[in-house]
Amino acid sequence: MVAIIDYGVGNLFSLKSSLSFIGVDAVVTGDPSVIAASDRIILPGVGAFEDAANKLRKNGLDKVIYEEVGKGKKLLGICLGMQMLFEESYEYGVHKGLGLIKGKVLPLADVVGNLKVPHIGWNSLSFKKDSKLYKYVNQGDFVYFVHSFYGSECSESVSATAEYGVEVTASVERDNVYGTQFHPEKSGEVGLGILRAFCEM
Amino acid sequence: MITKRIIPCLDVKNGRVVKGVNFEGLGDVSSPIELAAYYSSAGADELVFYDITASAEGRALFTDILTQVASQIFIPLTVGGGISTISDFDRVLKCGADKVSVNSGAIKNPQLIEEAAKKYGDQCVVLSVDAKRVGGGFRVFGRGGRDDTGLDAIEWIKRGVAMGAGEIVLNSIDTDGVKNGFDLEMLRAVCEVVDVPVIASGGAGCVEDFTKLFRELPKVDAGLAASIFHFGEVKIQDLKKELNANGITVRL
Repeated sequence: MVAIIDYGVGNLFSLKSSLSFIGVDAVVTGDPSVIAASDRIILPGVGAFEDAANKLRKNGLDKVIYEEVGKGKKLLGICLGMQMLFEESYEYGVHKGLGLIKGKVLPLADVVGNLKVPHIGWNSLSFKKDSKLYKYVNQGDFVYFVHSFYGSECSESVSATAEYGVEVTASVERDNVYGTQFHPEKSGEVGLGILRAFCEM
Repeated sequence: MITKRIIPCLDVKNGRVVKGVNFEGLGDVSSPIELAAYYSSAGADELVFYDITASAEGRALFTDILTQVASQIFIPLTVGGGISTISDFDRVLKCGADKVSVNSGAIKNPQLIEEAAKKYGDQCVVLSVDAKRVGGGFRVFGRGGRDDTGLDAIEWIKRGVAMGAGEIVLNSIDTDGVKNGFDLEMLRAVCEVVDVPVIASGGAGCVEDFTKLFRELPKVDAGLAASIFHFGEVKIQDLKKELNANGITVRL
Protein backbone atom coordinates (compact mmCIF):
# COMPACT_ATOMS: atom_id res chain seq x y z
CA MET A 1 0.00 0.00 0.00
CA VAL A 2 1.13 3.52 -0.88
CA ALA A 3 0.65 6.29 1.67
CA ILE A 4 -0.08 9.66 0.03
CA ILE A 5 0.78 12.18 2.72
CA ASP A 6 -2.08 14.56 3.40
CA TYR A 7 -0.97 17.67 5.23
CA GLY A 8 -3.69 19.96 3.93
CA VAL A 9 -1.85 21.18 0.83
CA GLY A 10 -3.27 20.70 -2.65
CA ASN A 11 -5.69 18.42 -4.31
CA LEU A 12 -4.94 14.72 -3.96
CA PHE A 13 -7.90 13.41 -5.94
CA SER A 14 -6.01 12.88 -9.21
CA LEU A 15 -3.02 11.29 -7.53
CA LYS A 16 -5.16 8.80 -5.66
CA SER A 17 -7.24 8.11 -8.81
CA SER A 18 -4.18 7.56 -10.98
CA LEU A 19 -2.75 4.99 -8.55
CA SER A 20 -6.09 3.26 -8.35
CA PHE A 21 -6.26 3.29 -12.18
CA ILE A 22 -2.97 1.34 -12.39
CA GLY A 23 -4.22 -1.09 -9.75
CA VAL A 24 -2.20 0.19 -6.79
CA ASP A 25 -3.76 0.46 -3.34
CA ALA A 26 -3.29 3.93 -1.96
CA VAL A 27 -4.47 5.77 1.09
CA VAL A 28 -4.52 9.53 1.60
CA THR A 29 -3.45 10.04 5.18
CA GLY A 30 -1.94 12.43 7.68
CA ASP A 31 -1.60 9.72 10.32
CA PRO A 32 2.05 8.84 11.12
CA SER A 33 1.11 5.26 12.09
CA VAL A 34 -0.56 4.66 8.71
CA ILE A 35 2.47 6.13 6.93
CA ALA A 36 4.75 3.88 9.00
CA ALA A 37 2.67 0.84 8.02
CA SER A 38 2.78 1.61 4.26
CA ASP A 39 5.08 0.03 1.65
CA ARG A 40 6.05 3.32 0.09
CA ILE A 41 5.34 7.01 0.50
CA ILE A 42 4.33 9.82 -1.83
CA LEU A 43 4.81 13.41 -0.69
CA PRO A 44 2.62 15.64 -2.91
CA GLY A 45 2.13 19.38 -2.68
CA VAL A 46 0.88 22.47 -4.42
CA GLY A 47 1.24 25.99 -3.11
CA ALA A 48 3.84 27.89 -1.12
CA PHE A 49 6.97 26.26 0.32
CA GLU A 50 6.97 27.94 3.73
CA ASP A 51 3.35 27.14 4.48
CA ALA A 52 3.74 23.53 3.33
CA ALA A 53 6.95 22.92 5.28
CA ASN A 54 5.38 24.38 8.43
CA LYS A 55 2.28 22.21 8.08
CA LEU A 56 4.42 19.12 7.60
CA ARG A 57 6.40 19.85 10.77
CA LYS A 58 3.41 20.94 12.81
CA ASN A 59 1.83 17.54 12.24
CA GLY A 60 5.05 15.68 13.06
CA LEU A 61 5.12 14.25 9.54
CA ASP A 62 8.74 15.23 8.95
CA LYS A 63 9.76 12.81 11.72
CA VAL A 64 7.91 9.84 10.27
CA ILE A 65 9.40 10.63 6.84
CA TYR A 66 12.95 10.62 8.28
CA GLU A 67 12.29 7.38 10.18
CA GLU A 68 10.79 5.50 7.27
CA VAL A 69 13.31 6.77 4.71
CA GLY A 70 16.04 5.82 7.18
CA LYS A 71 14.70 2.26 7.15
CA GLY A 72 15.01 2.21 3.37
CA LYS A 73 11.37 2.83 2.44
CA LYS A 74 10.90 4.42 -1.01
CA LEU A 75 9.74 8.04 -1.04
CA LEU A 76 8.52 10.04 -4.05
CA GLY A 77 8.09 13.80 -3.77
CA ILE A 78 5.95 15.45 -6.45
CA CYS A 79 6.16 19.14 -7.47
CA LEU A 80 6.32 21.13 -4.22
CA GLY A 81 6.79 17.73 -2.55
CA MET A 82 10.03 17.33 -4.56
CA GLN A 83 11.17 20.82 -3.64
CA MET A 84 10.66 20.03 0.05
CA LEU A 85 13.20 17.20 -0.22
CA PHE A 86 15.90 19.85 -0.74
CA GLU A 87 17.96 21.53 2.00
CA GLU A 88 16.46 24.98 1.61
CA SER A 89 14.17 27.12 -0.51
CA TYR A 90 14.46 30.77 -1.45
CA GLU A 91 10.74 31.18 -2.12
CA TYR A 92 9.84 34.50 -0.43
CA GLY A 93 12.58 34.32 2.20
CA VAL A 94 14.78 31.38 3.15
CA HIS A 95 13.09 28.25 4.44
CA LYS A 96 14.46 24.94 5.59
CA GLY A 97 13.48 21.82 3.70
CA LEU A 98 13.81 18.14 4.65
CA GLY A 99 17.43 17.99 3.46
CA LEU A 100 17.09 14.54 1.88
CA ILE A 101 18.46 15.86 -1.42
CA LYS A 102 21.46 18.18 -1.51
CA GLY A 103 20.62 21.51 -3.13
CA LYS A 104 18.53 24.66 -3.07
CA VAL A 105 15.18 25.73 -4.50
CA LEU A 106 15.46 29.01 -6.42
CA PRO A 107 13.12 31.26 -8.47
CA LEU A 108 12.81 30.33 -12.15
CA ALA A 109 12.25 33.97 -13.07
CA ASP A 110 15.94 34.70 -12.32
CA VAL A 111 17.24 32.24 -14.92
CA VAL A 112 14.74 31.81 -17.77
CA GLY A 113 15.20 35.24 -19.36
CA ASN A 114 12.04 36.53 -21.00
CA LEU A 115 10.18 33.20 -20.89
CA LYS A 116 6.93 33.08 -18.96
CA VAL A 117 6.83 32.08 -15.29
CA PRO A 118 5.20 29.85 -14.07
CA HIS A 119 6.58 27.24 -16.44
CA ILE A 120 3.20 25.71 -17.40
CA GLY A 121 2.69 22.95 -19.90
CA TRP A 122 4.12 19.82 -21.50
CA ASN A 123 7.88 19.62 -21.73
CA SER A 124 10.19 16.80 -22.79
CA LEU A 125 12.51 14.84 -20.53
CA SER A 126 16.21 14.62 -21.11
CA PHE A 127 17.77 11.82 -19.04
CA LYS A 128 20.89 12.55 -17.02
CA LYS A 129 21.34 9.12 -15.50
CA ASP A 130 19.77 5.68 -15.55
CA SER A 131 16.75 5.77 -13.31
CA LYS A 132 14.39 2.98 -12.32
CA LEU A 133 11.68 5.64 -12.29
CA TYR A 134 11.96 5.83 -16.09
CA LYS A 135 11.70 2.12 -16.74
CA TYR A 136 8.64 2.68 -18.97
CA VAL A 137 9.63 6.12 -20.29
CA ASN A 138 11.70 7.14 -23.32
CA GLN A 139 14.11 9.99 -23.71
CA GLY A 140 12.11 12.95 -25.04
CA ASP A 141 8.75 11.84 -23.66
CA PHE A 142 6.54 14.71 -22.52
CA VAL A 143 5.36 15.38 -18.97
CA TYR A 144 3.26 18.17 -17.46
CA PHE A 145 4.88 20.96 -15.44
CA VAL A 146 3.41 23.80 -13.37
CA HIS A 147 5.97 25.62 -11.22
CA SER A 148 7.72 28.92 -10.53
CA PHE A 149 10.72 27.63 -8.52
CA TYR A 150 13.27 24.95 -9.40
CA GLY A 151 15.85 22.66 -7.83
CA SER A 152 19.40 24.02 -8.12
CA GLU A 153 22.93 22.99 -7.07
CA CYS A 154 21.79 19.38 -7.10
CA SER A 155 23.66 18.02 -10.14
CA GLU A 156 24.71 14.81 -8.41
CA SER A 157 21.03 13.90 -7.81
CA VAL A 158 19.47 15.03 -11.10
CA SER A 159 18.03 12.14 -13.11
CA ALA A 160 16.33 14.21 -15.84
CA THR A 161 15.99 17.81 -16.98
CA ALA A 162 13.64 19.78 -19.23
CA GLU A 163 14.71 22.65 -21.45
CA TYR A 164 13.05 25.97 -20.60
CA GLY A 165 15.56 28.68 -21.37
CA VAL A 166 17.92 26.76 -19.09
CA GLU A 167 18.09 23.07 -18.16
CA VAL A 168 15.41 22.87 -15.47
CA THR A 169 15.63 20.05 -12.91
CA ALA A 170 12.81 17.67 -13.84
CA SER A 171 13.61 14.86 -11.41
CA VAL A 172 16.09 13.95 -8.69
CA GLU A 173 17.00 10.83 -6.77
CA ARG A 174 19.31 9.70 -4.02
CA ASP A 175 19.22 6.13 -2.72
CA ASN A 176 15.56 5.42 -1.87
CA VAL A 177 14.43 9.06 -2.24
CA TYR A 178 12.92 10.23 -5.56
CA GLY A 179 11.38 13.50 -6.67
CA THR A 180 9.68 14.83 -9.80
CA GLN A 181 9.11 18.52 -10.46
CA PHE A 182 6.40 17.61 -12.98
CA HIS A 183 3.06 15.98 -12.18
CA PRO A 184 3.06 12.30 -13.19
CA GLU A 185 -0.64 12.12 -12.25
CA LYS A 186 -1.35 14.73 -14.96
CA SER A 187 1.08 13.44 -17.59
CA GLY A 188 -1.13 10.92 -19.36
CA GLU A 189 0.26 7.47 -20.19
CA VAL A 190 3.86 8.56 -19.59
CA GLY A 191 2.99 9.74 -16.09
CA LEU A 192 1.11 6.54 -15.26
CA GLY A 193 4.22 4.61 -16.35
CA ILE A 194 6.35 6.60 -13.92
CA LEU A 195 3.95 5.92 -11.04
CA ARG A 196 3.85 2.24 -12.00
CA ALA A 197 7.66 2.07 -12.02
CA PHE A 198 7.81 3.69 -8.56
CA CYS A 199 5.29 1.21 -7.19
CA GLU A 200 7.23 -1.72 -8.65
CA MET A 201 10.57 -0.76 -7.10
CA MET B 1 11.17 22.41 -25.21
CA ILE B 2 7.78 23.43 -23.98
CA THR B 3 5.02 22.58 -26.44
CA LYS B 4 2.10 24.48 -27.85
CA ARG B 5 -1.10 23.02 -26.43
CA ILE B 6 -4.23 21.85 -28.24
CA ILE B 7 -7.33 22.00 -26.08
CA PRO B 8 -10.80 20.68 -26.95
CA CYS B 9 -13.65 22.28 -25.09
CA LEU B 10 -16.78 20.39 -24.00
CA ASP B 11 -19.99 22.22 -23.14
CA VAL B 12 -21.97 20.10 -20.72
CA LYS B 13 -25.68 20.52 -20.07
CA ASN B 14 -27.66 18.17 -17.85
CA GLY B 15 -24.86 15.65 -17.94
CA ARG B 16 -24.51 15.57 -21.73
CA VAL B 17 -22.13 17.22 -24.16
CA VAL B 18 -23.99 19.77 -26.26
CA LYS B 19 -23.12 20.94 -29.77
CA GLY B 20 -23.43 18.02 -32.08
CA VAL B 21 -20.77 15.44 -31.83
CA ASN B 22 -19.96 13.24 -34.75
CA PHE B 23 -17.44 10.50 -34.24
CA GLU B 24 -16.90 7.06 -35.54
CA GLY B 25 -16.16 4.47 -32.91
CA LEU B 26 -17.79 6.28 -30.05
CA GLY B 27 -20.69 4.41 -28.51
CA ASP B 28 -22.32 7.38 -26.88
CA VAL B 29 -21.23 10.56 -28.59
CA SER B 30 -22.77 12.85 -26.01
CA SER B 31 -21.22 11.18 -22.98
CA PRO B 32 -18.66 13.58 -21.51
CA ILE B 33 -16.77 10.64 -20.04
CA GLU B 34 -16.42 8.75 -23.31
CA LEU B 35 -15.59 11.88 -25.24
CA ALA B 36 -12.97 12.94 -22.69
CA ALA B 37 -11.34 9.51 -22.88
CA TYR B 38 -11.39 9.69 -26.67
CA TYR B 39 -9.71 13.12 -26.71
CA SER B 40 -7.16 12.10 -24.13
CA SER B 41 -6.09 9.08 -26.19
CA ALA B 42 -6.15 11.19 -29.38
CA GLY B 43 -3.48 13.49 -27.95
CA ALA B 44 -5.40 16.43 -26.46
CA ASP B 45 -3.05 18.28 -24.10
CA GLU B 46 -5.76 19.46 -21.78
CA LEU B 47 -9.55 19.44 -21.57
CA VAL B 48 -11.92 22.25 -20.77
CA PHE B 49 -15.40 21.54 -19.42
CA TYR B 50 -18.00 24.28 -19.33
CA ASP B 51 -21.04 23.71 -17.20
CA ILE B 52 -23.84 25.42 -19.05
CA THR B 53 -26.68 24.23 -16.84
CA ALA B 54 -28.47 26.71 -14.67
CA SER B 55 -30.34 24.34 -12.35
CA ALA B 56 -29.12 22.84 -9.09
CA GLU B 57 -29.82 19.33 -10.42
CA GLY B 58 -27.74 20.04 -13.51
CA ARG B 59 -24.92 21.32 -11.34
CA ALA B 60 -24.92 18.24 -9.14
CA LEU B 61 -24.88 16.05 -12.23
CA PHE B 62 -21.97 18.07 -13.60
CA THR B 63 -19.80 17.57 -10.51
CA ASP B 64 -20.64 13.87 -10.56
CA ILE B 65 -19.48 13.63 -14.19
CA LEU B 66 -16.38 15.66 -13.48
CA THR B 67 -15.45 13.22 -10.71
CA GLN B 68 -15.84 10.31 -13.09
CA VAL B 69 -13.77 12.01 -15.80
CA ALA B 70 -11.02 12.90 -13.32
CA SER B 71 -10.84 9.31 -12.09
CA GLN B 72 -10.08 8.01 -15.56
CA ILE B 73 -8.30 10.75 -17.46
CA PHE B 74 -4.91 11.93 -16.33
CA ILE B 75 -4.27 15.15 -18.20
CA PRO B 76 -5.00 18.66 -16.91
CA LEU B 77 -8.69 19.53 -16.60
CA THR B 78 -10.09 23.05 -16.55
CA VAL B 79 -13.62 23.72 -15.44
CA GLY B 80 -15.73 26.79 -16.10
CA GLY B 81 -19.32 27.94 -16.21
CA GLY B 82 -21.19 29.60 -13.39
CA ILE B 83 -18.14 30.08 -11.16
CA SER B 84 -18.90 33.07 -8.97
CA THR B 85 -17.69 32.26 -5.47
CA ILE B 86 -14.77 30.62 -3.67
CA SER B 87 -17.09 27.76 -2.76
CA ASP B 88 -17.64 27.16 -6.50
CA PHE B 89 -13.86 26.83 -6.84
CA ASP B 90 -13.78 24.46 -3.91
CA ARG B 91 -16.60 22.33 -5.30
CA VAL B 92 -14.97 21.66 -8.68
CA LEU B 93 -11.40 21.35 -7.37
CA LYS B 94 -12.55 18.62 -4.98
CA CYS B 95 -13.93 16.72 -7.97
CA GLY B 96 -10.54 16.67 -9.65
CA ALA B 97 -10.35 19.92 -11.65
CA ASP B 98 -6.84 21.39 -11.88
CA LYS B 99 -7.78 24.88 -13.00
CA VAL B 100 -10.94 26.92 -12.73
CA SER B 101 -12.03 29.37 -15.36
CA VAL B 102 -13.89 32.53 -14.38
CA ASN B 103 -15.75 34.89 -16.69
CA SER B 104 -19.01 36.67 -15.77
CA GLY B 105 -18.48 35.87 -12.07
CA ALA B 106 -15.22 37.82 -12.12
CA ILE B 107 -16.77 40.73 -14.04
CA LYS B 108 -19.40 41.03 -11.31
CA ASN B 109 -16.88 40.57 -8.52
CA PRO B 110 -13.24 41.09 -9.60
CA GLN B 111 -12.04 40.29 -6.05
CA LEU B 112 -12.90 36.67 -6.82
CA ILE B 113 -9.71 36.44 -8.92
CA GLU B 114 -7.55 37.73 -6.10
CA GLU B 115 -9.17 35.59 -3.42
CA ALA B 116 -8.92 32.43 -5.50
CA ALA B 117 -5.31 33.10 -6.54
CA LYS B 118 -4.31 33.60 -2.90
CA LYS B 119 -6.07 30.44 -1.82
CA TYR B 120 -5.25 28.07 -4.68
CA GLY B 121 -2.32 29.74 -6.46
CA ASP B 122 -2.20 31.77 -9.67
CA GLN B 123 -1.80 28.63 -11.79
CA CYS B 124 -5.30 27.56 -10.76
CA VAL B 125 -7.13 30.70 -11.91
CA VAL B 126 -7.95 31.08 -15.60
CA LEU B 127 -9.55 34.32 -16.72
CA SER B 128 -11.79 33.69 -19.68
CA VAL B 129 -12.78 36.77 -21.66
CA ASP B 130 -15.36 37.10 -24.43
CA ALA B 131 -14.40 40.18 -26.42
CA LYS B 132 -15.71 42.05 -29.44
CA ARG B 133 -14.72 45.10 -31.46
CA VAL B 134 -16.70 48.17 -30.44
CA GLY B 135 -15.81 51.70 -31.56
CA GLY B 136 -12.20 51.01 -32.48
CA GLY B 137 -11.39 49.05 -29.30
CA PHE B 138 -12.02 45.61 -27.85
CA ARG B 139 -14.92 45.42 -25.41
CA VAL B 140 -15.65 42.71 -22.81
CA PHE B 141 -19.02 41.01 -23.12
CA GLY B 142 -20.63 39.13 -20.25
CA ARG B 143 -23.23 36.39 -19.87
CA GLY B 144 -22.01 34.23 -22.73
CA GLY B 145 -21.37 37.18 -25.02
CA ARG B 146 -24.84 38.75 -24.61
CA ASP B 147 -24.12 41.84 -22.47
CA ASP B 148 -21.79 44.69 -23.31
CA THR B 149 -20.07 45.35 -19.98
CA GLY B 150 -18.49 48.60 -21.15
CA LEU B 151 -15.10 47.27 -19.98
CA ASP B 152 -12.10 47.62 -22.27
CA ALA B 153 -10.80 44.09 -22.87
CA ILE B 154 -7.11 44.98 -22.73
CA GLU B 155 -7.52 46.91 -19.47
CA TRP B 156 -9.66 44.14 -17.96
CA ILE B 157 -7.12 41.46 -18.84
CA LYS B 158 -4.24 43.54 -17.43
CA ARG B 159 -6.21 43.99 -14.24
CA GLY B 160 -7.05 40.28 -14.05
CA VAL B 161 -3.41 39.28 -14.39
CA ALA B 162 -2.37 41.86 -11.78
CA MET B 163 -4.90 40.30 -9.41
CA GLY B 164 -3.50 36.82 -9.95
CA ALA B 165 -5.03 35.21 -13.04
CA GLY B 166 -2.46 32.65 -14.20
CA GLU B 167 -3.78 32.13 -17.71
CA ILE B 168 -6.00 34.00 -20.17
CA VAL B 169 -8.50 32.41 -22.52
CA LEU B 170 -9.34 35.01 -25.15
CA ASN B 171 -12.47 34.24 -27.09
CA SER B 172 -13.14 36.63 -29.94
CA ILE B 173 -16.86 37.00 -30.52
CA ASP B 174 -16.04 38.56 -33.91
CA THR B 175 -14.40 35.39 -35.24
CA ASP B 176 -16.26 32.77 -33.16
CA GLY B 177 -18.29 30.39 -35.32
CA VAL B 178 -17.04 31.94 -38.58
CA LYS B 179 -14.36 29.26 -39.06
CA ASN B 180 -12.12 31.67 -40.89
CA GLY B 181 -9.21 31.63 -38.47
CA PHE B 182 -8.37 32.95 -35.01
CA ASP B 183 -8.55 36.67 -34.27
CA LEU B 184 -4.85 37.38 -34.64
CA GLU B 185 -5.22 41.13 -34.24
CA MET B 186 -7.04 40.84 -30.92
CA LEU B 187 -4.69 38.12 -29.69
CA ARG B 188 -1.65 40.19 -30.58
CA ALA B 189 -2.99 43.12 -28.59
CA VAL B 190 -3.43 40.87 -25.54
CA CYS B 191 -0.04 39.14 -25.89
CA GLU B 192 1.64 42.53 -25.88
CA VAL B 193 0.35 43.41 -22.43
CA VAL B 194 0.51 40.17 -20.41
CA ASP B 195 3.25 37.71 -19.56
CA VAL B 196 1.05 34.77 -18.51
CA PRO B 197 0.01 32.05 -20.98
CA VAL B 198 -2.61 33.12 -23.54
CA ILE B 199 -5.03 30.58 -25.00
CA ALA B 200 -6.64 31.49 -28.31
CA SER B 201 -10.30 30.66 -28.81
CA GLY B 202 -12.87 31.37 -31.49
CA GLY B 203 -12.58 31.03 -35.23
CA ALA B 204 -10.59 27.88 -35.94
CA GLY B 205 -11.94 26.16 -39.05
CA CYS B 206 -9.04 24.03 -40.26
CA VAL B 207 -5.53 22.82 -39.48
CA GLU B 208 -3.93 25.80 -41.24
CA ASP B 209 -5.64 28.20 -38.84
CA PHE B 210 -3.63 26.70 -35.99
CA THR B 211 -0.37 26.75 -37.97
CA LYS B 212 -0.95 30.40 -38.79
CA LEU B 213 -1.81 31.19 -35.16
CA PHE B 214 1.41 29.78 -33.72
CA ARG B 215 3.60 31.04 -36.57
CA GLU B 216 2.38 34.59 -36.52
CA LEU B 217 1.96 34.85 -32.77
CA PRO B 218 4.70 32.80 -31.08
CA LYS B 219 3.58 34.21 -27.72
CA VAL B 220 0.27 32.35 -27.89
CA ASP B 221 0.57 29.14 -25.85
CA ALA B 222 -2.48 27.15 -26.83
CA GLY B 223 -5.38 26.87 -29.24
CA LEU B 224 -8.84 25.95 -28.01
CA ALA B 225 -11.77 24.79 -30.11
CA ALA B 226 -14.98 22.82 -29.79
CA SER B 227 -17.09 21.97 -32.80
CA ILE B 228 -14.29 21.39 -35.34
CA PHE B 229 -12.95 18.69 -33.05
CA HIS B 230 -16.38 17.33 -32.12
CA PHE B 231 -17.43 17.04 -35.75
CA GLY B 232 -14.12 15.50 -36.72
CA GLU B 233 -13.38 18.31 -39.22
CA VAL B 234 -9.99 18.56 -37.58
CA LYS B 235 -8.47 15.45 -35.99
CA ILE B 236 -6.11 16.27 -33.15
CA GLN B 237 -3.48 13.75 -34.27
CA ASP B 238 -3.44 15.16 -37.83
CA LEU B 239 -3.33 18.69 -36.49
CA LYS B 240 -0.33 17.95 -34.26
CA LYS B 241 1.53 16.16 -37.05
CA GLU B 242 1.02 19.14 -39.32
CA LEU B 243 2.17 21.60 -36.64
CA ASN B 244 5.24 19.45 -36.05
CA ALA B 245 5.99 19.38 -39.77
CA ASN B 246 5.86 23.17 -39.68
CA GLY B 247 8.47 23.37 -36.96
CA ILE B 248 6.03 24.03 -34.13
CA THR B 249 6.83 21.99 -31.01
CA VAL B 250 3.92 19.77 -29.95
CA ARG B 251 3.51 16.65 -27.85
CA LEU B 252 3.17 13.77 -30.30
